Amino acid sequence: MIQFFKLLFRNRLAGLGAVVLSVIVLLALFTPLLPLPNPNITATGDRFLPPFSEGHLLGTDHLGRDLLSRLMWGTRLSLAVGAAAALIAAFIGSTIGIVAGFLGGRTDNVIMRLVDMLMAFPYILLALAIVAALGPGLINALFAVAAVNIPFFARNIRGVTVGLANKEFVDAARLSGMSNLQIILFEILPNVLPVIVIAMSTTVGWMILETAGLSFLGLGSQPPQADLGSMLGEARAALITSPHTSIVPGIMIFLIVMSINLLGDGVRDAIDPRLKSGALSRPLPATIVERDSTPPVPSDDLLALQDLRTEFHVGDRTYKAVGGVSLKVNKGECLGIIGESGSGKSVTALSVMGLVASPPGKIVGGAVSFQGHDLVGASYDELRELRGDRVAYIFQDPLSTLHPLYKVGDQLIEAMQAHRKMPEKEARARAVELLESVRIPNAARRVDNYPHEMSGGMRQRVSIAMALANEPDVIIADEPTTALDVTVQAQILTLLDDLRRERDLAIVFITHDFGVVAQLCDRVAVMYAGRIVEEGPTAAILDDPQHPYTKRLMACVPELGGGKRELHAIPGLPPAVDRLPQGCAFAPRCNFAQDVCKQGDIELEANGDRAVRCLFPDKVSQTEVTS
Amino acid sequence: MAAYILKRLISAIPVLFGITLIVFLIMAMIPGDPATAILGAYATPENVAKINKDLGLDAPLFQRYFIWLGNMLTGDFGRSYSLNRPVLDEILDRFSATLILAGTSFVLCALIGILAGVISAARQYGWADKAITFTVLIGISIPSFFLGMVMILIFAVRLRWFPVSGMYAIYGGGDLPDLLNHLVMPAIALAAVATGVVARMSRSAMLEVLRQDYIRTARAKGVHERKVILGHALKSAMVTIIPVLGIQAGFVLSGAVYIEMVFQWPGVGRMLVDAILKRDILLVQGGVVFVAACYVLFNIVVDVAQSLLDPRIKS
Repeated sequence: MIQFFKLLFRNRLAGLGAVVLSVIVLLALFTPLLPLPNPNITATGDRFLPPFSEGHLLGTDHLGRDLLSRLMWGTRLSLAVGAAAALIAAFIGSTIGIVAGFLGGRTDNVIMRLVDMLMAFPYILLALAIVAALGPGLINALFAVAAVNIPFFARNIRGVTVGLANKEFVDAARLSGMSNLQIILFEILPNVLPVIVIAMSTTVGWMILETAGLSFLGLGSQPPQADLGSMLGEARAALITSPHTSIVPGIMIFLIVMSINLLGDGVRDAIDPRLKSGALSRPLPATIVERDSTPPVPSDDLLALQDLRTEFHVGDRTYKAVGGVSLKVNKGECLGIIGESGSGKSVTALSVMGLVASPPGKIVGGAVSFQGHDLVGASYDELRELRGDRVAYIFQDPLSTLHPLYKVGDQLIEAMQAHRKMPEKEARARAVELLESVRIPNAARRVDNYPHEMSGGMRQRVSIAMALANEPDVIIADEPTTALDVTVQAQILTLLDDLRRERDLAIVFITHDFGVVAQLCDRVAVMYAGRIVEEGPTAAILDDPQHPYTKRLMACVPELGGGKRELHAIPGLPPAVDRLPQGCAFAPRCNFAQDVCKQGDIELEANGDRAVRCLFPDKVSQTEVTS
Repeated sequence: MAAYILKRLISAIPVLFGITLIVFLIMAMIPGDPATAILGAYATPENVAKINKDLGLDAPLFQRYFIWLGNMLTGDFGRSYSLNRPVLDEILDRFSATLILAGTSFVLCALIGILAGVISAARQYGWADKAITFTVLIGISIPSFFLGMVMILIFAVRLRWFPVSGMYAIYGGGDLPDLLNHLVMPAIALAAVATGVVARMSRSAMLEVLRQDYIRTARAKGVHERKVILGHALKSAMVTIIPVLGIQAGFVLSGAVYIEMVFQWPGVGRMLVDAILKRDILLVQGGVVFVAACYVLFNIVVDVAQSLLDPRIKS
């Protein structure tokens, strides 16, 4: 609760709303005690006095009544009527909602049908119909406004109640012999009360506005009694000659509604947990680059990451997702990057083309050199021209990575037309060709499918076809087979391998599965906590892993026909990358760890065509894995 | 597609019946004797008997409903006693004026609201976003009838850009430019709140969509950012925005009543207020049913638009 108010008042606008509203409410409450003239005493001689006249701070209206006094009394009335309408609507609507949600079945069905029917009406129209039946008058307007808001409460509260009605504590109450009424009052009601309060806080502003509106039309409060709406309605006749009589009550309604809106937004934001972490910011077209050191000289490799560092800044925390990674890949080569989830392998891959979500992501150091040209410093336009054209991506879950509302053919065509002008017909033919090249049967028909009409394996083939569309030099595949079942996985891997050999493609393959690496990759880099801990030719590493983490990771892979070999999960969890330990990040989970491992930085030590970031690689390579 | 439209049309039939029933039941709440309420000071026993007979009020409640419903289905909405003409004729005359006003406002709120929301999201936390968010806050807090009055003071009285009120000039008007000239202020005043709501929802829908994986895919393909925002992102956001537009359509259609009062626009809303004040029950009943039915039909259009956009709905 305290947390809630803290969040609420951190929002300056919500605080402003709260202050304005409190002032207005307090003034309205104490109006009878204030030294104001009687709001209903007419003085025909003093009609339409302008503001700041003697004795009449805001002037007088068309009957010579003091406008300030009428404003205060009118505000009091408007607030009271709006609040009363909100209470009535909340009470009746919530009762209906709780009963419908709790009893369920036929009762629920009938009630909700009726509620839906009422919601089919335009809101104000229904209020008009009710006033028409009951006759003009403030109390009738109040009932009308309350009545049209009942469906809103009924529907919301029913939804919450349905969720609660099947919970264990309700069953327990029922078993202990409580009646339905008791369960509703003592078990359900306390749980839905906060929702009711929130719904009221978001609708009370509307209800004040709506009753004012009915009064404005002459259907609410009747003279001489006046709320803000009827003040405005009466003043309308003299709008042009004496505008202040209209503007004064108008501004008051505006202030009330705005302060309630501000406060309501603040309440909602404070409750919505997604906004707390600041997660609802959209990623920019390219990752922000703020390098803290001069970038290294670009290399001549086709694609090389040089001491790349990418961080996420959330609040006052810094997550070092990629902490100085160097890798390279050349034509026809397949490089595997392997590690647990959270090891930074995907962020490494996305950093290449500036696709890390930013904010909160940021590239803070190093370089990505592509054909001798640094992409980290490149402009958005340069990046965009290379994306999908020279360097293409395949992502993990094609159901979420393909656009659900475009046909797959159109998505393929777009990939081509983003980089070269191409007549529609030719592009379409090429799209069919691409689908055929990834062995999609009936490609000519499939091209008009939407992603949801395809199976997971087919969708992943579409993603691969899309990556191939412009015959790129490099394909970065981020766990392309993780969401697929084993047979489909094998087909996709074979397909990628064939394509690499046919087209001399360079592939960067990200996975957490050593089996996949063994099948596809020439070289492999093992990542842990944002850094490479071991790197080298796949065969050599599979034969003789020298980093304890690599060894552990390999022990997690079941071997077909391997008999009763035990699988060893790695004990403990990877470290949070905002609080990396001193020294080796794996030390806390490592059997070989000694005190020296926890002091100072450990270099990635090169040894022939292999490299390992460990002080005791020999010890590791000689020992069997046990838990 | 045709099958889907037909399905939606059929499912609207019970809703339309429900609407007539609700309106009828509300009107049956009239306290005391409706004939006396209608006649007021003229409620002599003979007059009461005559009114009861004319309006069929001497029959039992459910029978009265079916008579009224049956008549409406044949196009007979009854006769307005205050205007002494058929209710339907009056409604049709007035509804065209409301449709022009509310239709224009709806188009304004959809176009400007979505555009503002998209700009706001694409430039999140930038000056444009802040300016739009602030304007939206004002827009959704200002009562439309007050906004209308302020606009009259500024743009009609002070600047003399637009006429104060009415739909056509009394002398020499009647053509399209004259209509547009009269339409600008009421349409904007009516659209203000709805535009604010649409802009808000569009902004949050766009922000939600822009975080999706398929947006990253589009960027990874090298699609130009303008196309990512206006194509990929907006298309998905529309799935959320279209239902909001449906609700706002109901809002401008019924909220037109305030604006029609402020600007002396000869629409159905003003007709209803007059009818309520004169206790012209048949005119109120007919008007409310007619407008609500139009809204239900419009919502079918909204649903069809939604299904055209999102291929997942039909399957």
